Amino acid sequence: MPSHRLLYKLTFIFLVVLSVNVSAAVGAKLMHMEVDLSNQESLQRGARTFVNYCLSCHAAAYMRYNRMGQDLGISEDVLKANFMFGTDKVGETMTIAMTKSDSLSFFGVSPPDLSVIARARGADWLYSYFKTFYVDKSRPFGVNNLTFKDVGMPHVLWELQGAQQLSLIESEGAVHHSPTYDDLEIITPGIQSEEKYDQTIRDLVNFMVYLGEPIKLKRGKIGFWVLVYLFVFMIIAYMLKKEYWRDIH
Amino acid sequence: MVCVFNYADNHLSDMQGEIMNESNVDKGRRRFLTAAATVVGGAGAAAGAVPFIATMTPSEKTKAIGAPVEVDISELKPGERMIKKWQGKPVWILRRTKEMLDDIASQNEAVSDPESQSSSQPEYAANEFRAREDEYLVVIGICTHLGCSPSFVLKDGDNSPVVDWKGGFFCPCHGSRFDLAGRVFKGVPAPTNLVIPPYKFITPSQLLIGDDSEAA
Amino acid sequence: MANIEKNIINGLTDLRDWVDDRFPLMQNWNEHLAKYYAPKNFNIWYYFGAFAILVFAIQILTGIWLTMNYKPSAEDAFASVEYIMRDVSWGWLIRYMHSTGASAFFIVIYLHMFRALLYGSYKKPRELLWLSGMGLYLVLMGEAFFGYLLPWGQMSYWGAQVIISLFGALPIIGDELSLWIRGDFVVSDVTLNRFFSLHVIAFPLLIFGLIGAHILALHEVGSNNPDGIDIKKNKNSEGIPVDGIPFHPYYTVKDIFGATVFLFFFFGVVFFMPEMNGYFLEHANFIPADPLKTPEHIAPVWYFTPFYAILRAVPDQLGGVIAMGLATNIFLLLPWLDRSPVRSSRYRGWNFRCALTLFIVSFLVLGWLGMQPVTPLFTWMARFFSLVYFAFFLLMPFYTAIDNDKPVPHRVRN
Repeated sequence: MPSHRLLYKLTFIFLVVLSVNVSAAVGAKLMHMEVDLSNQESLQRGARTFVNYCLSCHAAAYMRYNRMGQDLGISEDVLKANFMFGTDKVGETMTIAMTKSDSLSFFGVSPPDLSVIARARGADWLYSYFKTFYVDKSRPFGVNNLTFKDVGMPHVLWELQGAQQLSLIESEGAVHHSPTYDDLEIITPGIQSEEKYDQTIRDLVNFMVYLGEPIKLKRGKIGFWVLVYLFVFMIIAYMLKKEYWRDIH
Repeated sequence: MVCVFNYADNHLSDMQGEIMNESNVDKGRRRFLTAAATVVGGAGAAAGAVPFIATMTPSEKTKAIGAPVEVDISELKPGERMIKKWQGKPVWILRRTKEMLDDIASQNEAVSDPESQSSSQPEYAANEFRAREDEYLVVIGICTHLGCSPSFVLKDGDNSPVVDWKGGFFCPCHGSRFDLAGRVFKGVPAPTNLVIPPYKFITPSQLLIGDDSEAA
Repeated sequence: MANIEKNIINGLTDLRDWVDDRFPLMQNWNEHLAKYYAPKNFNIWYYFGAFAILVFAIQILTGIWLTMNYKPSAEDAFASVEYIMRDVSWGWLIRYMHSTGASAFFIVIYLHMFRALLYGSYKKPRELLWLSGMGLYLVLMGEAFFGYLLPWGQMSYWGAQVIISLFGALPIIGDELSLWIRGDFVVSDVTLNRFFSLHVIAFPLLIFGLIGAHILALHEVGSNNPDGIDIKKNKNSEGIPVDGIPFHPYYTVKDIFGATVFLFFFFGVVFFMPEMNGYFLEHANFIPADPLKTPEHIAPVWYFTPFYAILRAVPDQLGGVIAMGLATNIFLLLPWLDRSPVRSSRYRGWNFRCALTLFIVSFLVLGWLGMQPVTPLFTWMARFFSLVYFAFFLLMPFYTAIDNDKPVPHRVRN
């Protein structure tokens, strides 16, 4: 039936056209990382980094601890001992004690809630952001960021990564071209090696992608069976249609 | 419904006969495919209804709010009652005196389900006093008739619902009466005793309502 | 066995007759399904009307369920959407079905409209069918616009701000009008609350009524077909069109098959790419609305972008608004702009065929341009394709009158 083949073709073309990434239009080349939500250990490590470093100033007020525990295979006892610092009720969300007015006086801005930040920014942006802090004495916290210019946040993972600087400032005294990621170099090593830090950030971003949409772990699996069902029904419906239309052709 | 229209309307099939060559129609195959599509499609529709029904069950937020509550009962004096909210429902905690317990025991004839055979409570409260420890009654303060919350009326109160009232709970909505173990009296509309929630003592003066699991 | 079946059928027949004595059940069944004669040569383009009804049903159903948990207030709206996505069991599925359904609705409607252009379905005697369809399209745009504010993200907020400001460009009444629409000096809780009301009650009712009118008008005049032939002109001795077949069972089984194919792709999106790379759910809409900060790059959702590109192409504010209003409404004039006696493009001359192709190209290019940031090149492109867009309509009385149409056959081709 040529008309049906046309239907498939059209839908396919439509899907392909739409899949071309919109964000490509935005410019600014980001470092790329592959998100892997099937790696539960990576998600657990990322969660640990997240609650230790992010969750003191940022909240993730839409995420419940027990949901995270169930999804990432963390038992309630471990959850309470290692992941929960502000509360011991596992049904609570990841809120923080810091009030809005406190944070305004500390940072000049109110740190945004991070629940869905990965959906707003994208994994590549987060990955690049965490890796491109550099020393800049003119900023209040002594650091600036190549991905998020003049960000009002200190480099909280400093002790892990160490300090970076923009090398072309050193060598030429002035910035001639707009700096790129290649111009960054470590000047003071941190606790973690470069590879180790990269892994820490990959784990963290993995976790934040999960945090943005917890059901992402499961919806593909459910969707697979829905499509299998629809495919089977499609065959039956097609045979039924064929059978009736023998009257006409 | 479709089958009624298909099979029953003679006029309709006459009309269809004009465009179909009757001899070529494999009615068995047609009927089989229609049945297959109906069954498989119906199963799909039923499965599709599941998410819609499931969304209306309590959400994670609701469950978190309805999580077990800890209650400090160290300040509760004998003969007093305190009210706590669990899952949005009033939970009464009554510290019973010796006299109150004796009164309960004396009324086994007057209540309709003295041993709580047909009432709702955890196993450890299926007894005369309906409690883990006789001294403390922990009960959901919602009448088993139609959901009003009864009031606590003491023995010597001046608003006793009946003569010779030995203390208990009286539902203002439809006049149901319960004794100090939450047992329903005979001849009132409420069908069963008041419901006992799951609970346990964390320490002698610390109650956990909503959770009675053995593990700490 | 056979006896039981016979008894059941007899019982149901009795029930049907009982109802039929009190309600025009069989009359409607016959008029709209069993004895509604549709041309037998429908092709793939004739699926989209049925798909549109299916999507409408999906939107109503999921919409009812979303409303059970959504909170229409500036304070709670964003959080309540995340509540649906996380805390409500299966809430994510219902929400993704609704958000995907919004885009699917427009895809289906655009293809349905294209079908009408391709086969001249808007022409006499189907003018009212076309007008009710256009009414549906315009109301659907309103419905989508109101709905898009509800998640209360940055794109929701600033999109609404921009669109409402368009009304402010109108002379004299402009400022008062946009103030009246918002009910506040900026888009606010007040605006959100009234948009919610319009989105969940007023406009769905309008759409429901217009769909009814659309189908009644269709069944009054009868369906067009890819050959553009009036099948009612060729009837047999019993008054049944020889090229017609009863809608039920032939097109019901065909549409069931088509609907399954549609759902296959629909759920493919719902489960595997609900954001559609930012086309169906825009990235910036995952940041809560902030009245003090506009996102760097704002563009409407894809289904509005052709008109947005036309708006930006005009250097004058009021002129842009007028051009955009014209671009969306000019379809209404189509039955009277087209002078050719031939319906289907299969038998129309090269003038119309080329014009239609250019129009589709300009519509797609404008749609793409509407998503891009403004650059001088893009602005000139938008101007050029806006001209093509309007030329398709405004020059139609001329190029269709002198077209080299081909003779139309008397019977439909198979």
